[in-house]
Amino acid sequence: MSDIVENKSSGKVVGVNGNMVTIEVEGNVLMNEVGYVVVNTSEGVKKLKAEVIRIKGKNADMQVYEMTRGIGVGDKVELTGEMLAVTLGPGLLGQVFDGLQNPLPKLAEHSGFFLERGVYLDALPGDKKWHFTPCVKAGDTVQRADSLGVVPEGIFQHQIMVPFGMYDTYTVKSIASEGDYTVNDKIAEVADSKGNVTPLTMCFTWPVKRAIDAYTERLKPVEPMITKVRLIDTFFPVAKGGTYCIPGPFGAGKTVLQQITSKNAEVDIVIVAACGERAGEVVEELKEFPELTDPRTGRSLMERTMIICNTSSMPVAAREASVYTAVTLGEYYRQMGLNVLLLADSTSRWAQAMREMSGRLEEIPGEEAFPAYLESSIAAFYERAGIVKLKNGKTGSVTIGGTVSPAGGNFEEPVTQATLKVVGAFHGLSRERSDARKYPAIHPLESWSKYKSGIVGPEYVEYASDILIRGNDVGQMMKVVGEEGTSIDDYITYLKEELLDAVYIQQNSFDEVDAAVPVERQQHVFYILLKILAAKFSFTVKDEARSYFNQLRQIFLDYNGSLWGTDAFKAKEKELLDALASKQTGVEEKGAALLANIK
Amino acid sequence: MRKVYSKIESITGNVITVKADNVKNDDLAEVSSAHGKSLARVIKLDHDVVSLQVFAGAKGVSTGDEVRFLGYPMKISCSENLLGRIFNGSGEPRDNGPRLEENMIEIGGPSVNPSKRIIPKNMVRTGIPMIDVFNSLVESQKLPIFSSSGEPYNELLARIAMQAEVDMIILGGMGLKYDDYLGFKDALEEGGALSRTIFFVHTASDPIVECLLVPDISLAVAEQFALQGKKVLVLLTDMTNFADAMKENAITMEQVPSNRGYPGDLYSQLASRYEKAVDFEGSGSITILAVTTMPGDDVTHPVPDNTGYITEGQFYLKNGRIEPFGSLSRLKQQVNKDTRKDHRALMDGMIKLYSAYKESVEKKSMGFRMSEWDNKLLKYGAMFEEQLMSLSVNIPLEKALDLGWEILAECFSKEETGLRTELLNEFWPKKD
Repeated sequence: MSDIVENKSSGKVVGVNGNMVTIEVEGNVLMNEVGYVVVNTSEGVKKLKAEVIRIKGKNADMQVYEMTRGIGVGDKVELTGEMLAVTLGPGLLGQVFDGLQNPLPKLAEHSGFFLERGVYLDALPGDKKWHFTPCVKAGDTVQRADSLGVVPEGIFQHQIMVPFGMYDTYTVKSIASEGDYTVNDKIAEVADSKGNVTPLTMCFTWPVKRAIDAYTERLKPVEPMITKVRLIDTFFPVAKGGTYCIPGPFGAGKTVLQQITSKNAEVDIVIVAACGERAGEVVEELKEFPELTDPRTGRSLMERTMIICNTSSMPVAAREASVYTAVTLGEYYRQMGLNVLLLADSTSRWAQAMREMSGRLEEIPGEEAFPAYLESSIAAFYERAGIVKLKNGKTGSVTIGGTVSPAGGNFEEPVTQATLKVVGAFHGLSRERSDARKYPAIHPLESWSKYKSGIVGPEYVEYASDILIRGNDVGQMMKVVGEEGTSIDDYITYLKEELLDAVYIQQNSFDEVDAAVPVERQQHVFYILLKILAAKFSFTVKDEARSYFNQLRQIFLDYNGSLWGTDAFKAKEKELLDALASKQTGVEEKGAALLANIK
Repeated sequence: MRKVYSKIESITGNVITVKADNVKNDDLAEVSSAHGKSLARVIKLDHDVVSLQVFAGAKGVSTGDEVRFLGYPMKISCSENLLGRIFNGSGEPRDNGPRLEENMIEIGGPSVNPSKRIIPKNMVRTGIPMIDVFNSLVESQKLPIFSSSGEPYNELLARIAMQAEVDMIILGGMGLKYDDYLGFKDALEEGGALSRTIFFVHTASDPIVECLLVPDISLAVAEQFALQGKKVLVLLTDMTNFADAMKENAITMEQVPSNRGYPGDLYSQLASRYEKAVDFEGSGSITILAVTTMPGDDVTHPVPDNTGYITEGQFYLKNGRIEPFGSLSRLKQQVNKDTRKDHRALMDGMIKLYSAYKESVEKKSMGFRMSEWDNKLLKYGAMFEEQLMSLSVNIPLEKALDLGWEILAECFSKEETGLRTELLNEFWPKKD
């Protein structure tokens, strides 16, 4: 794919150990350089992609992105002189790639049911014509990441930019006129400060392990990234350009939460990186997404989605690369002023891929045999998220949400701990809540968020959280002393906590209305709920209090299920407030102040 | 003519090294020692030093023994002739039948392209109500049976093998006790299922390298038959032995252990086997049921823990029954909506009542007085356990659902079941 001819070295295999080969190099070799191991197999000659991960004198160790069966000592290795890179250009959206950006559906057309070794296809369709409209003219001066023109890609105006790897200042020598071109057609020629002319097409490559930094400054993430999950948006918000993690034991609903977020999140583009997880789960997205409509645009959800899929049985080295591939694609679209959400499921599998390679390299192991650089690698990955100001004044963002699969569901393990150090929000899933069929199973007391971008003010969240904590304490105590030993006031706090949990924290993912709640409704409902939470009651008998709260809960659940703004919705709201008024005897002091401040 | 090497440089555990040229990774070799011939597999190349894993173990191998490289990777014969036959982990017959050498296929092949997978849609009926009604097994699903050591998991597998509605069964035994192996054989012979079954059996006394090969061989053969349009059910027992063999091997190879001595790639190794479960569009399918014994009954042990992250649910075998709590088939929603319209509601309703029964039992054991409702629940629980949960029950799904209604009607009035009126009107047994 590259035109660079000089600097190419070659080598031959001198050792094979699992998915690592050791080669002897003639000429120079670059760290993280990509090469191809040429293997004679029963099905003919195959070239297997590999990456240099260690250099020692004349020898270099390479991790092979394929099975190493059939490689022998003396086999030739062709080095490319380039690091592992992805192709950037129009046509990425809606695609399904493996960790090395091979389009999987095309691979299936080529090789059938199985992933054949050594088959690498172009990431972008080469025959598709794009309608290009230039926005520069001959004689203009341009720099890296400056726009040369646009092509429409689905719902977006895809900017055709000066490749990010061209660091000089260039003069446009020629630019294609408006018309239809393929990604490989020449659309411009630019000359650098020394007068060397470079032809440009609509696509270029960028190494995945380097962050794209063609922006003027990074900004602080403040604007909320709406997920339509009440517990997240209200209590543990994520900011656009921020990071969050979802650790949880198996079966707690990590993937379900990610899938729902990928459908509902209010962002421009969603990238799903299925990294070392079950293939069956990806299939659901693959088959479902084209059928679903994006409520924001009315178009198919697939048009805003990219899936990077390196499932658990696919080669482990490519799994390590897949999260970098995903984040690089995200950064590319960020350069166009778009908001991107990257969902990585699961970062533990990625960390395990690092561990496997580290073991093969016989590095001194750290905790649980993870490499010593585990923490810095995780930190570097999450740091690629961010909201940035571009040269044209627009902003764009990449938000990263990663699931973590801790061994035994115990959060005290290296990957979870290293992740918690660097993320802005922690949505910890609990086995207890998922066993009780509470969705989402995010633990409301253990989770946290550092972003102050919730949809209601922090003082409101604090008030509600306080009830959660106190109610939970009462609940714990009641297990020991029984209901009889609990005072009526404590018991009411407990009932309020139960109500808050049942009608606001939990959502009914099967109910069309309740499954995804827009901000406006969340705020409205929160304030209604606050009236109940702040109310004083004077019950004398616990059974009476319990049945009253059960009644409130029933009305509230129906209220949650009724369509926003309809008569049914208003009727339920009235019923709820009437029911409240029938027993309310006053308002708690702190709650009254908060209620008074609602606009 | 392939060269014969007669100088073995080192022998550690099951691994020997020889100096040889022109050897490919993963190729086979034949090691001839005083105790007979054994196959060996190339696992590492370092210049001209070749490390080989000897299938029969390196015990009794002498440094002067002969090593002959075969020039191809591990292969297994795959044809209809395998049906009804029993082989060991290297694919050698252990039933005194003839060796098979036709249509040799490679084992441990590439994985299926995710974009070629389809959403599973067919139920595999087993005749066991705890599976069919409460946690339906779905074609192309991979499910482990989590069990503590004393449980009758092999009996359960044998029952499933006899009763499951599939075209053929492949049973991969790893570290089986010899009497368990005979038990399987007898059960399937008696049940008349032997003719549609292929055995790959590694018993506890066989060399551990053969244990490592069993899942790969079983799944490679299954894949071939699935591609020919067969619905194949692969039963593996016990994957914990497989993981332990991997551990033993990794430690002798001086790999850095990660968690409780298991190698760092335990997850990937298990996943690459389980992920072979697939439904080929327009052709057959592979469904995997695998026993995973939990050392110390601890589900957070690395083997069941990693397995849980890979598989699509799990069955818990406890006190000789498939436990309704904790057991989960993640794919059951795909199929139980199309069976009978009362299936889902009855499933939920009966489990809720059973969970209430458990609470009553607890109350009773603490000496509380039993209310009338408690007594009803106790009666219900006993009937449920005896008529539906017992592993000896073998009835089709529809019969099991009818039986469910009968049990409910025997113990409760309509309103007490918490089921929807419309279903009650249609399905509540009429008293004559």
